[in-house]
Amino acid sequence: MKSNFRDLLKLRSVRRVAQVFFFSLFLFFVVISDLRYLKGYPASLFLELDPLVAFATAITTHTVYMGLLLSLLLILPTLLFGRIFCNWICPYGILHHFIGWLMGKRRAEERERIEANRYKKLYSLKYVILIGMVVAAVCGSLQIGLLDPICLFHRSMTTAIMPMLNIFIPSSVYVRQYFHMGAWVIGFILFFLVGMNVLIPRFFCRVLCPLGAFLGTLSSFALWRIDRDPDKCVDCDLCLKSCEGASDPHTQLRKSECFVCFNCVEDCPEDAISFKFMPPLKREITAPMVPARRALLGSLVGVGFFAFGRGSGKTDRDYNKKVIRPPGSVEEKDFLDRCIKCDQCIRVCPTNVLQPSLLESGLEGIWTPILNMKLGYCELNCTLCGQVCPTGAIQRITIEEKTGMGPFAEEGPIRLGTAFYDHGRCLPWSMETPCVVCEEVCPVSPKAIYSREVTITKRDGNPITLRRPYVDPALCIGCGICEHECPVTDEAAIRVTAIGETRSRERRLLMDGGVTSSVRGLEKRQR
Amino acid sequence: MSANPDPSETQHPVQEAENRISRREFMVRAGATGALLAGAAAAGRALWKPDHFVPGFQAEKGLQLANYAPEVSKVLPSMAIAHGQDHDSTVRAAIGALGGMSRFIKRGDVVMIKPNVAFDRPAALAATTHPEALRAVAKLVIEAGAAKVFIADNPINSPAGCFLKSGLRQVANDLNLELLYPETNSFSPLQLEGEVLKHWTFFHEPFKKATKVIGVAPCKDHNLCHASMTMKNWYGLLGGRRNQFHQHIHSIVSDFALMMKPTLVVLDGMNVLMSNGPTGGRLSDVKHMGTVVAGTDMVAVDSYGYSHLLERDLAELTYIHKAHDRKLGNKNWKDTLYKEVQA
Repeated sequence: MKSNFRDLLKLRSVRRVAQVFFFSLFLFFVVISDLRYLKGYPASLFLELDPLVAFATAITTHTVYMGLLLSLLLILPTLLFGRIFCNWICPYGILHHFIGWLMGKRRAEERERIEANRYKKLYSLKYVILIGMVVAAVCGSLQIGLLDPICLFHRSMTTAIMPMLNIFIPSSVYVRQYFHMGAWVIGFILFFLVGMNVLIPRFFCRVLCPLGAFLGTLSSFALWRIDRDPDKCVDCDLCLKSCEGASDPHTQLRKSECFVCFNCVEDCPEDAISFKFMPPLKREITAPMVPARRALLGSLVGVGFFAFGRGSGKTDRDYNKKVIRPPGSVEEKDFLDRCIKCDQCIRVCPTNVLQPSLLESGLEGIWTPILNMKLGYCELNCTLCGQVCPTGAIQRITIEEKTGMGPFAEEGPIRLGTAFYDHGRCLPWSMETPCVVCEEVCPVSPKAIYSREVTITKRDGNPITLRRPYVDPALCIGCGICEHECPVTDEAAIRVTAIGETRSRERRLLMDGGVTSSVRGLEKRQR
Repeated sequence: MSANPDPSETQHPVQEAENRISRREFMVRAGATGALLAGAAAAGRALWKPDHFVPGFQAEKGLQLANYAPEVSKVLPSMAIAHGQDHDSTVRAAIGALGGMSRFIKRGDVVMIKPNVAFDRPAALAATTHPEALRAVAKLVIEAGAAKVFIADNPINSPAGCFLKSGLRQVANDLNLELLYPETNSFSPLQLEGEVLKHWTFFHEPFKKATKVIGVAPCKDHNLCHASMTMKNWYGLLGGRRNQFHQHIHSIVSDFALMMKPTLVVLDGMNVLMSNGPTGGRLSDVKHMGTVVAGTDMVAVDSYGYSHLLERDLAELTYIHKAHDRKLGNKNWKDTLYKEVQA
């Protein structure tokens, strides 16, 4: 018996090593999701391992996209040993474990710690949240990313923490500072969730986490679990002292709540707790406890989220001109079926053009990526966002497919939108000043922006010859570099809007798709 | 008085003693208050600024750039035109005709090489300095005994992508050149008496240590100023709101000849971007010309490039005439000491 105890002691140390390893690995992938360092590393591995991502996207798309099959690797140990993911692998769980420890009462107040780790009815809320999200997914709106810990943590790192580091240490993360619209909202949500550990240890994991709820449901089937020997137990409740999951190891174990952290095994002074294969069912509460009426309420919220979101029209006729999706994105409704708001595309984007939308794309599109040409532009020879997208919201397209080169010449390039001039703000059009930076930077050949030389009489009576720019809608791909480089920087004199995007037949601009034979064969321009 | 008086046993005289403060305590507490007040007053006075100013109109100061030009030679040519098949031998022939790299680079020199990597493009599209041109120049510089070589540019597209996809990062890795990205702290304001360029944020980092400066530029069409060659290449050393330059593009490009006095410039005309510049985008925009021009006079080098590589009428290239008229170089390259060789 004594040797068995020592083995498990070792197991707690192994857990700590695993926690440091997986947390570091997660941070490593966040850091290397950058063109300078990305050398074929599986930068989206944690997102692909996430079974809730695979499960929920399977509901919305009826497929399991590429690397998401890897999530089976996590389902297997959960079905054998329970929610070991939550306390061994999940970087967000590890963060909360550490903060909970840091904020927790120390030795002096043992009783207080024990009380803080008793199960509360509030902890069933995560199952209601999961039900709501699954129901929304069944309807056709993928919302798990709002609270899925991997998506949430990745989003927080990408949009709030990494830019914050670079503000304090310039060029430590980016060559040029990155900015993210509404980063402060995401940053404060992170601070709030982390701070809640002061009131309730592991508040997020116990109360909100839909992935925890998903794995908790699966762990009802686990073959091994923590078990208390009632003959040895003296009811001192010391097993609760460091219980991470608040799973009541001092009485009937709540199997779905246990994070398998093994703290109780070590904390038990009587050796009454051990990790056992198929202990008696009467000594456990097998399934999660979710009151049926609350589950129903959760489902209704899920239905409402979908219906009210769609009813607001942002996915349909009232689509926002500013919702310009990354290259390779699927059609808007399918996009909302797939995007998990992890913001990995935003992390990897080399120009800072990708931004987490807040309400631009409607209720359902919160934190999904859109392009903001004031902050960046879409690099012509770049498909990194699609390379790292774990769910195929942005498909893994090639450069040839994006630019419509080689075998894809017939289809033509992928267009994100179309550029339009605002003559009132354009220097050569209305201010008698030469410019055409837009034409210079236009990356397609032949250029979609062309200019015509005109000689006008200036206000002072003298003539001036300058070039006035035009957009050829058949050639414009909506990359937005013209808008980004326009010297009228507060509101550019040329702006890209979503119309003309190739991903949607409903939103095209030219009847022939912009591929006219006369344009395709346009000869080299000689000045 | 006992050390731990029981409150129930506290007596009247003791209370009175507790209500009074000692002289010592008075001095300490009043002193602390007084010191804080005096400190606040002193700090307020020290920081007090009684005058106002008009935002946006303060006097500007900036750094002056050193003159990196080599000594004028009466014997050796100031420009060499080499024709050949590959970058390495053609660059070698051109610089050899000038008297070899040892004329320009001495043992122990720290050399800044400025390629044009403005765009995120593969080398074949000729919108950026060709990696083989950079490799050939850098090898000669290293052979001449340079202690350190920097490569730096502030591209229009994102820097990491530009250096990676143009192939220049690979050259930097192969030859152990130090690649400097345009980081936030790499810039300082530059002061100049240019026609329009007076005060501008400048990519200063590589020049803190450099003793020699070499520009290696592609030869390309440009939508607004007709051509981007060795003079226009220095655009990539400036930061800030460069998109305003286009309002006075010819003045600005001629100002670059005032701003930078390089040790040597190399114009890579092996493959010339003839149309759709400065970005290019199709192989059909590129023409093989098999020529490299090297020299110490940018105006002469660019004049040759415009008339013989881009094959256009020099009369229309306003910035060359401006630079010539400002005595920043000689547009009549045939009047300079030049040499034409075959690799």
